[in-house]
Amino acid sequence: MTAATTEVVEPSQDTRKAGRFVYVTGVVLLCAWVLVPLYFLLINTLSSPETVNSYPKSFIPEFDLGSLTFFAGFDGILTALKNSVIVAAMTMVMSIVIGAPAGYALSRFEFRGKELFRLLILLTRAFPLPLLALPLAVMFIRTGIDDTVFGLALVHTTLALPFAVLITFSLFSGIPIELEEAAWTLGCNRLTAFQKVILPLVLPGITASAIFAFVISWNEVFAAAVLTIENRTLTAFLLQNLDTSPLHLKFAGGFILVVPALIFIFAVRKYLFAMWGIANR
Amino acid sequence: MAVIEIKNVAKRFGEYQALHDINLTIADQEFMVLLGASGCGKSTLLRIICGLETASEGEIWIDGKRVDHLAPKDRGISMVFQNYAVFPHLTVFENIGFGLRMQKLPNDEVKRRVERTAGLMHIEQLLSRYSGELSGGQRQRVAVARALAMEPDVILMDEPLSNLDALLRMEMRAELKGVLAESNTTAIYVTHDQVEAMSMADRISVMHEGKIVQAASPIEVYRNPAAKFVAGFIGNPPMNFLEASPQGGGKFSVAGHSFDGPSAANSNLQFAIRPEDMTLAENGFPAVAKVVEPLGAHLLVTCELDGKLFRAILDSEMQVKPGETLKLSPVQDRIRWFDPETTLAVA
Repeated sequence: MTAATTEVVEPSQDTRKAGRFVYVTGVVLLCAWVLVPLYFLLINTLSSPETVNSYPKSFIPEFDLGSLTFFAGFDGILTALKNSVIVAAMTMVMSIVIGAPAGYALSRFEFRGKELFRLLILLTRAFPLPLLALPLAVMFIRTGIDDTVFGLALVHTTLALPFAVLITFSLFSGIPIELEEAAWTLGCNRLTAFQKVILPLVLPGITASAIFAFVISWNEVFAAAVLTIENRTLTAFLLQNLDTSPLHLKFAGGFILVVPALIFIFAVRKYLFAMWGIANR
Repeated sequence: MAVIEIKNVAKRFGEYQALHDINLTIADQEFMVLLGASGCGKSTLLRIICGLETASEGEIWIDGKRVDHLAPKDRGISMVFQNYAVFPHLTVFENIGFGLRMQKLPNDEVKRRVERTAGLMHIEQLLSRYSGELSGGQRQRVAVARALAMEPDVILMDEPLSNLDALLRMEMRAELKGVLAESNTTAIYVTHDQVEAMSMADRISVMHEGKIVQAASPIEVYRNPAAKFVAGFIGNPPMNFLEASPQGGGKFSVAGHSFDGPSAANSNLQFAIRPEDMTLAENGFPAVAKVVEPLGAHLLVTCELDGKLFRAILDSEMQVKPGETLKLSPVQDRIRWFDPETTLAVA
């Protein structure tokens, strides 16, 4: 009887091999899912415009900067790129400056309507942007912030804010209140305790959350397209010229959009892993 | 030099009354233990003294100065938390020196005091480590050293040893007592562990349902419990209780035997006796042994007497078998009496 049980419980050599095969295949497929489009983007960006538009495609980049040069020389692109960076940076700063205190308050204080408030934060993401775009555009024109990077950054901040609040809320909640209380008994007031104890502990998470806000703004296209005319961001600019621009411009534009997001996420991967509770290696 | 006076302190959390009219004076350099089951309000009281919680009513005075309105940092206190609260982003050195740095003391003074308190707690060799590299016991030492480095008038401790394993707890208990005695601070120590309370305290305040039931020296609390709650809470196993009915002339009938009781009382009382205050005697209560537990140093026998469970601690040499009838007699001057109505002790 014992022998029979052991046989059932212990996976046979074949089952183990099969499991390993499924695991490896899964990993390979997932990597391919992410990496193959990026690779195509890369080879087409680093090829001359002629190669990009010809057929069949090569699988090896030519390291020809023709497409990128064309992209850089395209009228208005550099301004759009600059606008994108400014809007994303403003969004990042505003989301953290507004979102982190809200997250702190949610995690540390008991107040009336706290649950409702948390729900409302999520609800801001429930309204489709097209629905809001028209009233926003009208309001922006009235207040005179239409077609400005600041106006757009405000809209992007509203988009990024719920994430900033909820991420910082969980960050602050993960820090035992006793650490803060200990700091208070050791000569800190609320502000200095935050500065000396809480801030160093949440900084990695705040950085990650800030970069997340940056990427949200960087990738956002709808509000950017509706609310700006002269001061387009890169996404809106590329969208505007989608049907008229040549293929190599699209590839180069796509590449320029993807790269910063990738680099940023790569740079803070340690903090993101830490935030998700995976040991950093 | 710090006397702590707690005057008419009450605390409500919404509808729930956590503390009722607490009055307590803690002498300078006294080691006061607040003892009670969880939820009795002992931690709340400590947090009110510390300033982490505000009282709904009443006043706190430290060293002749009213402190209710002061922030924790301005009260001249240090606190040791149950979960240690060692800052994970700082080294042990910087943890212990944290409060000193906040006071902007010069570097060499910080170094001197950190090294001195680290020496007291035997953690000199850990000064460059981080909290994540320490064991629970070492973190506890850091937390205590950090509080001591402040050279506070008052040190508050909220179940500081409850997260340690039994052996370490016993070791730390003795060590803490020694270190605190030398530091000349007034200490308030919250615990639910009566052994800790008995062994460390100058005075124990037994708390129950948001009130202080008795505040007295450990031996007084043990020998002369002021209320039935204290008698049933302190001691392991706790006191035995039997029903007593008056026979007039200060005599009471307990399980068919007559005892001299409080002469003034003329109503039903409860007779109480500690398990170790029972001896075997021919004229004792007949008690049927139910469970016999040899505990090494002595023998714990749980019997049935007058329809109730009754525990007696006997000599370990005794041969007692379950089902056997024992003749148990209480030591006369160890008998205590409680009023079943008020639950208070009757003399």
